[in-house]
Amino acid sequence: MSSTPLAIETHDVRRIYKIRGGKRKGEAKTLIALDGVSLEVPRGELFGLLGPNGAGKTTLIKILATLLLPSSGTAKVDGLDVTTQTQEVRRRISMVSGGETSGFGLLTVEENLWMFARFYGLDNKTIKSRLAEMMQMVGIYDRRSTKISDLSTGLRQKMNFIRGFISDPSVVFLDEPTLGLDVTAARDVRGFVKDWMAQNPDRTLLLTTHYMAEADELCDRLAIIDRGKTLICDTPENLKRRLQSETIFHLKIQPLRKPTSPENVVEAVPGVRSVTIADQTDFSELRLSLQGEEALPAVLSHLSGRGSGLLSLEKREPTLEDVFIQLVGRRLDEDTNLNGTGEER
Amino acid sequence: MTAFKTTSPPAAKATGATLFWRTMWARAYPRIVGSLIRERSWLFFETVLPLAATVSYVFVYQAVGAPEEYVGFVVLGGAMTAFWLNILWAMASQLYWDKEGGNLEIYVLSPGPLMAILLGMAVGGFVMTVTRAAIILIVCSLAFSVTYTISSVPLLIAIFVLTMIALYGMGMMFAAVFLASGREAWHLANLLQEPIYLASGFYFPVRALGFWVAAASSLIPLTLGMDGMRQLLFAGDATLGFLSVEVEAIILLILSVFFLAAARFMLTKLEEIGRREGRLIERRR
Repeated sequence: MSSTPLAIETHDVRRIYKIRGGKRKGEAKTLIALDGVSLEVPRGELFGLLGPNGAGKTTLIKILATLLLPSSGTAKVDGLDVTTQTQEVRRRISMVSGGETSGFGLLTVEENLWMFARFYGLDNKTIKSRLAEMMQMVGIYDRRSTKISDLSTGLRQKMNFIRGFISDPSVVFLDEPTLGLDVTAARDVRGFVKDWMAQNPDRTLLLTTHYMAEADELCDRLAIIDRGKTLICDTPENLKRRLQSETIFHLKIQPLRKPTSPENVVEAVPGVRSVTIADQTDFSELRLSLQGEEALPAVLSHLSGRGSGLLSLEKREPTLEDVFIQLVGRRLDEDTNLNGTGEER
Repeated sequence: MTAFKTTSPPAAKATGATLFWRTMWARAYPRIVGSLIRERSWLFFETVLPLAATVSYVFVYQAVGAPEEYVGFVVLGGAMTAFWLNILWAMASQLYWDKEGGNLEIYVLSPGPLMAILLGMAVGGFVMTVTRAAIILIVCSLAFSVTYTISSVPLLIAIFVLTMIALYGMGMMFAAVFLASGREAWHLANLLQEPIYLASGFYFPVRALGFWVAAASSLIPLTLGMDGMRQLLFAGDATLGFLSVEVEAIILLILSVFFLAAARFMLTKLEEIGRREGRLIERRR
């Protein structure tokens, strides 16, 4: 790690929830949301937490944002302990979540943003000038007098972004900020994030997402998190470089029948390193990681011998999703579900 | 979006009393603007419904030939129902609504004190309700020719102010209690709405319930507040009062301090529990 001061620092953070539903009446069942997460994010970095739903990303961001206490371990923001120096931390941070519905529907965009800015102690003159600038930047200046109950999801999220950034925070937490947005609105949001970081090189941004492309496009570094643990932490380029010795193909084939014997599974074909299969209505999607291209004919022959004709084939450069599959053994869009261990999320 | 480039200087953020003041008025704003400008339909429903109940009680008293001052008692009680409804539905239940709407998380995340948020809700709620109460009082007083003989204006103002402070302090405390209870807030509000009309003597002198019931009901500030105001508004009817006005003023003062302190304590506890258990502050998705 460089000598740049750390904006975010966690050491062995665990978060365990007690939930109802134990085997006996009144018995508490535990749920391990975070299991010893240690991270260091230097000031000025756009850091990503990438993982499936239920991986523990939001829990970590809420601990850092002082909304939750860790069960054990320490977490610091701007050098301040989030457990004991809560007020000082809150003066420095802000958070925007995807699908956020905060605000009062009967107030206008401008009024809601004024209200939230006052919660941070900003004076009216500062609010007025910053609001006008930021509303123009995100393209909602002409909607400033619209009641927020009349805004679309995309416009509402742009307003949320202004709320998050108007207080001039040192550290910003973005929790799935493009969740539920259409392509254009999501691109606008990503553009805003990139521009803000470029204009404020001393500020830090922690982003959680389960969109690979978003993490790849935005993050200086990212950690892949699953079942409450950080699996790896590096730049997107370095993570993808790990897979350059592999050859990755994406295949669409006619629906694959369930294998009847071990030798029928695709993994059994020589040269196949890993396979993930996603069954769709009319076809199956295979993501193949091979030792080399020479292994492909055997795979196709294997599939054809089991009645699954090839519909399309594409060779791909490694992506973060491939990194995730290599590390976790399943696709990112498959939610985390732990069964039978009492460690469900 | 265009490129991000602000020309305004870094935001200077107030702390301490200034932050408290700004947070309080910011949270009061939606209520004041909402009730006076944006949602005038609120005014109609929150005025007409208590007005209808008040009128029906007046007719009952007139039909049974009750003393004339009873009409005044009912009119005052009817006006005060607006405050009770506001406490239940717009104070006690509000943090629960705010949690469901996603605002509670923003309140907790911001440096603005939660006590200032609640006080802002109370100030906004008071402004919102005082207009309804005034309309009910004026309309009914004119319609039924109620005669007021005020024995002490300063004491009347003092009793009203203390009643409001204690009442909204209780509402602030209830806001934390309702949220902590984990139940649907409207069930609790429903549970408390009608029984208090009876226990606090909204439409009759609370003394009629007997000393011990009236004493227990005095925990609700409106009980003593209405009793004191009735004694001061209808001179010569102190015999119908529960306690002397001076004693009632002292008790209301104690209740004010108690409820505000309890609200502050409950809020601190609520935030602690919320952060520890992670289920009070976060909204259900």
